[in-house]
Amino acid sequence: MSKPFLEVDGLSKVYPDGQGGELTVFEDIRFALEKGEFVCIIGHSGCGKSTILNVLAGLDEASAGNVVMNGKEVKGPGLERGVVFQNYSLLPWKTALNNIVFAVKARWPGWSKEKVREHSERYLKMVGLEHAMNRKPSQLSGGMRQRVSIARAFATQPELLLLDEPFGALDALTRGVIQDELVKIWEETRQTVFMITHDVDEAILLSDRIFLMSNGPNARIAESVKVDIPHPRARATIFQNPAYHKTRDYLVDFLVNRSGSALPEQDGSPKVVEPAKGIAQPEPAAAEPETKSETAARAVNA
Amino acid sequence: MASLNIRAALLSVSFLIVALGLWEMATQPPEAQTGMSEYEMLMGGADQESRVPPPSAVIKLAWAELSNPFYDAGANDKGIGIQLAYSVYRVLTGYLAAMAIALPLGFLIGMSPLMYKALNPYIQVLRPISPLAWMPLALFIIQDSDASAIFVIFICSIWPMLLNTAFGVANVRQDWVNVARTHELGPIKTALTVILPAAAPTILTGMRISIGIAWLVIVAAEMLVGGTGIGYYVWNEWNNLDLASVIFSILMIGVVGMLLDLALGKAQKLVEYKE
Repeated sequence: MSKPFLEVDGLSKVYPDGQGGELTVFEDIRFALEKGEFVCIIGHSGCGKSTILNVLAGLDEASAGNVVMNGKEVKGPGLERGVVFQNYSLLPWKTALNNIVFAVKARWPGWSKEKVREHSERYLKMVGLEHAMNRKPSQLSGGMRQRVSIARAFATQPELLLLDEPFGALDALTRGVIQDELVKIWEETRQTVFMITHDVDEAILLSDRIFLMSNGPNARIAESVKVDIPHPRARATIFQNPAYHKTRDYLVDFLVNRSGSALPEQDGSPKVVEPAKGIAQPEPAAAEPETKSETAARAVNA
Repeated sequence: MASLNIRAALLSVSFLIVALGLWEMATQPPEAQTGMSEYEMLMGGADQESRVPPPSAVIKLAWAELSNPFYDAGANDKGIGIQLAYSVYRVLTGYLAAMAIALPLGFLIGMSPLMYKALNPYIQVLRPISPLAWMPLALFIIQDSDASAIFVIFICSIWPMLLNTAFGVANVRQDWVNVARTHELGPIKTALTVILPAAAPTILTGMRISIGIAWLVIVAAEMLVGGTGIGYYVWNEWNNLDLASVIFSILMIGVVGMLLDLALGKAQKLVEYKE
């Protein structure tokens, strides 16, 4: 059996609860990512999603468990893991371009000035910001800032890209546009991405698999939901795919009704669920109600 | 309607004219009486009362001094430019020395809570000491009046720079530090490329406060150590009872102080950023 690209084994985080006791935010988190996968993680606030991502990024330490990437244990932050933060985290005294140059220089210290600049400009163009190259972050809208931040992360070509609710602070229209851009960049680069989101539609649009977390404290990754919709996907047309609705219903049901009590498999790994198995084929006009697969989804729920 | 700037300038000028006019009128010598007493004739007609010179006398003197600011006619007669240059030299020397210590130390204190806790009591005790209180000790140890004045400038300008640097460095947004960490920057590189620019506005604020204090203190310090400098000049002219020169040098102290502050203000603008 070949080792997965990233393996998370028995991760847990314990905080003092402020009253002399301890609070276990999440425990025994186990999952694996394959190279080139796009995986979203959804869960209610307080289940420790961000902490898990920070542990993967090396910015935070878990109380127990470990993370192994490419056969090497993750200890501390590193350039092979790129992070896009929710609040963009651009350096406000640098222009959009120089924010990317900063990252590219750190990634390839040996590169010539011209090469660094050319590479950075390419990624800034990829997110459609070549006209705003020399503007400071304060002169950019929230959506543009997040694009720069995404370009910065992709420009360093990390092996694993960690996105911490990257569109959380954006309005719905901007969010949609950047989601499409992210889809496009990802189709081009096929990076391995691990992303936190609160948005079910966003998760379906972007990911191959969606991890569902039960509520904290003592949160677990209870289920791993396969998104059976072929790539390339687009925000405007994905609704036409029957698998989209099946998957969406399943996710919403989990979040509304079952996130309090859901548990993973006996061995701690998330239950693998395929709510839209077999109906994934894009059928341009076929929008008949599928009572059969609905019952199938219920059967999985039970 | 003229722009706000023009109206403000007009108002400023009229305030100046009114103030100078009042001053001029209040300081006229009494009219010479007909027939001087023998004493008055002996004293060249001088009236008994000593009075502040009128602005016209000060302006006349200022014109003469500023048209030849760098003459040097011996220890007690140097041009205003030379005196100011001495003072500026002392202030800048002490100030740069303070910078050389305060900025690295401020970084250390700001980045390490341990160092902050360990050094903070000393800073809190040393900071409120009037810089001139160090003068006797400095004179005794250094045995050189010029160097002692520089030391006094050093000790008074170090605290705002040190505290502001430490504060600025300690309060750099964790997000930016995390950016440095995820890009594998070493501690020196992080300090120079992320923390320094992030904390620069706060640091420059401290430096601006420091240069202001240093310029305040140099006048007093030079009054004590004597020899050269604008502080010495003021005191010397007081001893000469040349009030016009005293007033003129007071104005010059103000002008130079303003220029120093302007320079630091410009530097502050350069490093400012909007979030």
